[in-house]
Amino acid sequence: MSLRGPLIAWQFGELVELVHETPRVSSLYFNMPMWPGHLAGQHVDVRLTAEDGYQAERSYSIASPPEARWVALTVERLDDGEVSPYLVGELKVGDKVELRGPIGGHFVWRAGDDRPLLLVAGGSGVVPLMAMLRHRATAPHKAPARLLYSSRALADIIYREEIDRLVSANDGLFVSHTLTREKPAGWSGYTRRIDAAMVKEVAWPKAQTPAVFVCGPTPFVETAADLLVGLEYDPLWIKTERFGATGGPGGG
Amino acid sequence: MQTSEMKLDGNAIAGLLGEIFAVEMTTAHGTCASCGAVNEVGRVDVYVQAPGTVVRCPSCEQVLMRIVRQPGRGRYWLDLTGVRCLEFAEG
Repeated sequence: MSLRGPLIAWQFGELVELVHETPRVSSLYFNMPMWPGHLAGQHVDVRLTAEDGYQAERSYSIASPPEARWVALTVERLDDGEVSPYLVGELKVGDKVELRGPIGGHFVWRAGDDRPLLLVAGGSGVVPLMAMLRHRATAPHKAPARLLYSSRALADIIYREEIDRLVSANDGLFVSHTLTREKPAGWSGYTRRIDAAMVKEVAWPKAQTPAVFVCGPTPFVETAADLLVGLEYDPLWIKTERFGATGGPGGG
Repeated sequence: MQTSEMKLDGNAIAGLLGEIFAVEMTTAHGTCASCGAVNEVGRVDVYVQAPGTVVRCPSCEQVLMRIVRQPGRGRYWLDLTGVRCLEFAEG
C-alpha cells in the first residue's frame, strides 16, 4: 500500500460523443466525473489493458477548452499504432477508457496573457492549439492571435469549419493555411512546406514580443522553431511540443 | 527514420515524472551537470525508444536523466547523474 496516491491518478472516462473530423481523425468527448479542470495546451495519458494484462499507454492533447463540459481528445489513427486504431475505429459511445490528467504545465496558455499569440501547427499538432483558440473565444479580453496551420491536403484540415467560424467572429484572429501535397482549385492559401518567407509574412514582428506555441511532428517543429529564431525571436518565447516522427505525443 | 525525428520534449514525460515527483515537473528548471545550462524540463530533449526513457540537455546533448519503469511491478530506476540541480515550485 502506498503512503500517498500518485499526483495524477488513473480514472475511467465514458465516451459521450464521437465526431469524425477527417477520414483519419476523430474527436472523442469524454465524461470525466473526477476531472479537476485543465489549462489549454495540457494533455492526458490513455491506457489500454489487454486481456492478458499487457498495457499500452499514449499521450493525447486535450482539444477542449477549460470551460467545456466534456474533455475532448482529437486523435489521428495511425495504422501501425497500438492505441489510436482502437480509439478511432473501435471505441463506441458509452464505452469507458482509462485516462489520467491533466498533464503538463509548460506548454499551456492562459487567456489572461495579453501578448500577441502565434500558433504554428503541423497536422494533428493543431489539437492543443485549438484548445487555446477555443479558450480565447470565451475570454472577455482577447489577445490578437495568428495561426499558421500546415496540412497535407484540404480534406486533412482538422476543425476547418470551426476555424473559419472563429475567424469570421472578427475578433483579432487571423489564420493562414498551407497545403503541402495539394493545390485545390480556387485555393487562396499557401501550397508549400513552411519556409522562411511564409513565417516572415505570418509571424508578429519581434518587437511585439509574442507568445509562441509550435506543435506537430518533430521535423516540422524543429523547422518552424529554427525559422522563428531566424526572425530573431527569443527562444524563450517559443514553446514547442513534438509528436515524434508521426502521430500524437509519443506516437501511436 | 533518423534518430533526430524521434526526439520528443519534456512535455512527453510529464505523466511519468508525475508518477515520481509530488509536483508538476515540466515547469521545473534543471541545471546540466555537464555544461551548466539551465533549462525548463518542458524544453529538454526526450527519447523514449530505448528500454528506458533518456533525457538529454538541449544545449549540449549530454544525458540529464535516465528513467526506467518496470511494467506491472511498480518499480522505478531514476538516474539523475546528469542533473546538478532541480529547482521547482511548491506544489
